[in-house]
Amino acid sequence: MLFGIEWDTSSTLAFAMSIIPILLVGGITTIKATVIGFLLAMVLGLVLAGLKGMPVKIISWPASFVLEFLRGTPLLIQLFFVFYVLPQVTGWLIPAFVAGAIALALQYSAYCAEVYRAGIEAVPYGQREASRALNLPPLHTFTYIIIPQAIPRVIPALGNYVVSIIKDTPVLSAITVLEMLSAASIIGDRTFNYMVPLTIVGAMYLILTVFAATLVRIIDAALPKQGIPLK
Amino acid sequence: MSNPIVKFDKVTKRFGSFEVLRELDFEVQQGEKVTIIGPSGSGKSTVLRVLMTLEPIQEGVVYVGDQPLWHEQSDNGELVPASEKHLRSMRNQMGMVFQSFNLFPHMTVLRNITEAPINVLKIAKKEARERAQELLDMVGLADQANKYPAQLSGGQQQRVGIARALAMRPKVMLFDEPTSALDPELVGEVLGVIRRLATEHDLTMLLVTHEMEFARQFSDKVCFFDQGKIRESGPPDKIFTAPKEERTQEFLHAVLHPNE
Repeated sequence: MLFGIEWDTSSTLAFAMSIIPILLVGGITTIKATVIGFLLAMVLGLVLAGLKGMPVKIISWPASFVLEFLRGTPLLIQLFFVFYVLPQVTGWLIPAFVAGAIALALQYSAYCAEVYRAGIEAVPYGQREASRALNLPPLHTFTYIIIPQAIPRVIPALGNYVVSIIKDTPVLSAITVLEMLSAASIIGDRTFNYMVPLTIVGAMYLILTVFAATLVRIIDAALPKQGIPLK
Repeated sequence: MSNPIVKFDKVTKRFGSFEVLRELDFEVQQGEKVTIIGPSGSGKSTVLRVLMTLEPIQEGVVYVGDQPLWHEQSDNGELVPASEKHLRSMRNQMGMVFQSFNLFPHMTVLRNITEAPINVLKIAKKEARERAQELLDMVGLADQANKYPAQLSGGQQQRVGIARALAMRPKVMLFDEPTSALDPELVGEVLGVIRRLATEHDLTMLLVTHEMEFARQFSDKVCFFDQGKIRESGPPDKIFTAPKEERTQEFLHAVLHPNE
C-alpha cells in the first residue's frame, strides 16, 4: 500500500492497473516540481543574467561566480545544501518538496541565464546602433528592440532544459520527496516485482517529456517572429 | 559661410593603439553636401560614427552648431567629457543611414519610422503616422507601410532606412556607404532618393560612398581621406579631374579603372 492505495498482485495486468494511480500521485509531484522549479529558474535566471551583464564589476563578478558555481556543481550537492545545510546554519525548517524545487530552480537558473545571454548577444549589434542613432532610451531599446528579437532565439533552448529538468526530478528522492520514480521503486521493493512499476514509470517520463517538447514547439511556432533572422 | 554646422578640431580617435583619425580638422557648412571618399581604414566611416555619437573620441573637440558634441562646458568654462544627457540632447540633430540598413525586423515599415518620433520626440501617434506616410511617399514606398523589412528588397529597405532617419527631422544627415550592401541593379533607386533629398531640401548631408559618378553630381565638396586625415578636398570637378596629390590620383585611378 502506498498513498493509501492497495495493489493487486493477482496478475501482471491487474498489478499494472492497480499501481498506475499510485504512480500518478507521484507523477503529480514530479510535474509540480518541474513547473515550480522551472518557472522560478526562468525568473532567477533573468535576474542573474541581468546582474552578470552589469557594467559594474562589483556586481557582475559575484554574479559570474554564482553562475559558474551553480553550473559547475552537481544538482545533488545543491539539493543537500538546501535541505540539510541551510536548516543547520539558519535554523529554518524547509519541507523536502520546497527544498527540492528550490534546488532545481537554482541549478536551472544558471542554465537559463546562459540561454538569455546568448539570445541577447545574438541580436545583431547594428540594432543597438540604429536605436542609439534614433535616440531611443536604453530601457526602451532593451524592452522593445532587443528582447522581442531575443525571445524567439531563446525559446527552443529553454525547451531543451524543460525536458532536462523533468529527467532530473528523480534526484529529489534523495531528500525523501516521493515523486514518481521513488514511488515505483518502493512498489518494487515491497512486491519484488520491479519490471512492471519501472516500465510504467519509464513510459510516464517519456509521455511527459514528449508532451513538454511538443508544447515548446507549439509556443515556438505561435510566436510572432516576422522577419527576424534567426540564423 | 562663416559658421560651420559641423566642425572637427584636431580630433584623434583610436581603436587600441591604431589611430583611425589623426588630429583631424574638418568643416561642413550649413546645407552643404559633402562626400567622403578614401580607402578602407582611412577613417571615413568613423567620421560619421563619431558624429552620430556611436564612437567616442580621445582628443580634440567636435562641434555641432556652436555646441561641443563630446564635451560640455563645466561651471568654470572648461570643456569636460559630455554626460549621457548632453549626448541625448545633441543626438537629435543627426540622422544616420547605415550600410546594412539596420531596420528593426520585428516591426512593420510604418512602426520602424514612427517608433522614435513617438517615443523620443513625443509626437502624437496619429501625427507621427501621417508624417511617416508622407516620408514613405517621398521615398516611393507609399504602399509598403504595413510590410515587414524582410518582405522588401534591399533597395526598398534602405529607402525605409532613409525615411526612418528623416522622421526625426535631423539637421545633418549621415549616409554611411548606403548602397554598398545592395545588388548593383538596386543602387540607382537609393541614390535617386538621396539626390532628390539633396536638391529639394536644405539638409546638410555627409555621404561616405564608393559611387564616384554619383559623388561628382551630388556634392558641393569632396574630401579624400587617407590614414585618418583629409589628404585633399575641394569641389568635385577639381578632385575628380585634376587631383593634386599623388595618393588621390592613385586611389581614383584604382577605383575608376579597376581592370588596369
